[in-house]
Amino acid sequence: MDEHRHLDMQALALRVREHILRMSTGGGCFTGASLSCADIIVYLYASGRFRLGPAYINDPDRDRVFLSKGHDVPALYATLAELGFFPVERLKNHLHPLDHLYWHPNRQVPGVEFFSGSLGHLPAVGLGVAYHLKLKGSKSHVIVVVGDGELNEGSVWECLLVASAYRMDNLIFVVDRNAFQANMRTEELIPLEPLEDKWKAFGCHVVRVNGHDFTDLDRGFSELEKVTGRPKAIICDTVRGKGVPSLQERADRWFCNFTAEEVEDLIKELRGHAAAQLRTPGDVVR
Amino acid sequence: MTYEKVLEQYCQRHLEAIVLTAENRALIRNLPFALGPRFIDTGITEQTMVGMAAGLATQGHKVICHALATFLTMRAFEFIRTDVGIAGLPVKFTGYIPGLLSEANGPTHQALEDMALMLGIPEMEVYCPADLEDMLLMCEAVWNSPKPSYLRAVHLPSGLSHVTYQYGKAEWILQNSGGVTFLVAGFLLGEVLKAADILGRKGISCSVVNMRSLRPLDEGTVEKAFRQSDMVVAVEDHFRYGGLYTVLSHWLTEHSRRLDGDPQYWAPLFSMSLEGKWFTPTLLPQVLERERLGAIYLVERVEQFLAKKSHRQAGIPQKR
Repeated sequence: MDEHRHLDMQALALRVREHILRMSTGGGCFTGASLSCADIIVYLYASGRFRLGPAYINDPDRDRVFLSKGHDVPALYATLAELGFFPVERLKNHLHPLDHLYWHPNRQVPGVEFFSGSLGHLPAVGLGVAYHLKLKGSKSHVIVVVGDGELNEGSVWECLLVASAYRMDNLIFVVDRNAFQANMRTEELIPLEPLEDKWKAFGCHVVRVNGHDFTDLDRGFSELEKVTGRPKAIICDTVRGKGVPSLQERADRWFCNFTAEEVEDLIKELRGHAAAQLRTPGDVVR
Repeated sequence: MTYEKVLEQYCQRHLEAIVLTAENRALIRNLPFALGPRFIDTGITEQTMVGMAAGLATQGHKVICHALATFLTMRAFEFIRTDVGIAGLPVKFTGYIPGLLSEANGPTHQALEDMALMLGIPEMEVYCPADLEDMLLMCEAVWNSPKPSYLRAVHLPSGLSHVTYQYGKAEWILQNSGGVTFLVAGFLLGEVLKAADILGRKGISCSVVNMRSLRPLDEGTVEKAFRQSDMVVAVEDHFRYGGLYTVLSHWLTEHSRRLDGDPQYWAPLFSMSLEGKWFTPTLLPQVLERERLGAIYLVERVEQFLAKKSHRQAGIPQKR
């Protein structure tokens, strides 16, 4: 990967994380889950590998991203805004009743392909779109981002059976493997490992990468590009709350609603300063 | 003509149409050969089929989905509500063997709350043809509507000659003044017509309406029935709650309030339906017998209603 692009993506990911933290007040958002997938979302939109960006928004041959783990939508909003799908200023409308920027994706927001929030839905919706693309001979890809906790849902595996049967090699599942469910570690509640074996058993070509390392993400997607005849999965090992040590790998920092002062301290921490002094207690919804 | 042929011809005229099934091919066995890749069988995966249909619909396809009525509307309910309903996509569902038509399959297969569930989704249209001939007449309009829809399939022919389907319009099969008006959702129409014949010979005037759909609701027909009859009977092979009887009760309540102070006359409403329990699994003639929904029982129950009518009218403005 080009070194400049790599540096640009790192800078973009930092700004995206800052936006996520700014959305973590005044009602809050799913901060921990958003921070874990920020680098993945940035890679998808900014690596140049996929036909994604404001220029392609109405292009029928664009690649498409479906955010099935919808609660990490601040990472998507922030990336879309930074890339010009809509003005960055609009992020201040987060949770405003007259806008559509709420805790889960709404496809009325430019760049958002479909509604989500209920887990285990968008693999099938993505499969429908992938089938359509095949039918019309398009070379575009459908990328469905799923959370690891979301893999508890049977509909994910049901969809994989069908996707494999129809040899949907334009369908790529991206697993944000931050190893947490809403309230606890996945391996403490519903263990998922060996996760690669499970995806392989359902007919996918699987790679596993560090979901915070753009070079490794690039390696994984390069390998997937060569595969034909079956759906693909890229398991991205990530860290909940990545980038902000005070929030990292914390079961109680999934959904966060900090004070404005705490957010400023967390942004300083993101930039390498001392840990924020957090008084707001952990707020686990669900 | 068959459902399969009507659908095939529709797909020939509408190249954006795609047919999906969750391995329920009873009505569409030959379509894979006719439609090629525009026919998708997802296997026994109602949720995936519905999600996939939503995805296809976002790309401009008219998607017509098939599955057993119970598994389609219940197992995949949240997918219908969330992926199709919230997005308002024109996905068309056909539910096979709804209501009593599941015969001896047992309660797992008895879709007796399917219309209630589908009516609970805003904008979802709910069609309840009386027989195969009726269903074939309405398919084109159902699939052309820009809204999502649920078609309660009836695969049994009746030999009845129906009037051409007009979107949102019910069909008056028998029209007499006063007496009893049967408003019917679904295949019990055949039993109702037999009952009306018996009642007529006993001197009780009857009208019979094939409702054809609960949403859109033919309000003009409903109003006429309540204004011009001595008694209205809602007949449906559905639980009493959530189907035609509920829709009519709701309509009455809304209209009574709107006409507050205006002494209008509304005929009392009675229900013939499944009353809070699943039915005994057996063959259809025995089901009608056991559940007291065959013609003879309908007659008996109308006579009972007529006897009780004065008590049941409490709270409803009376005829002057």
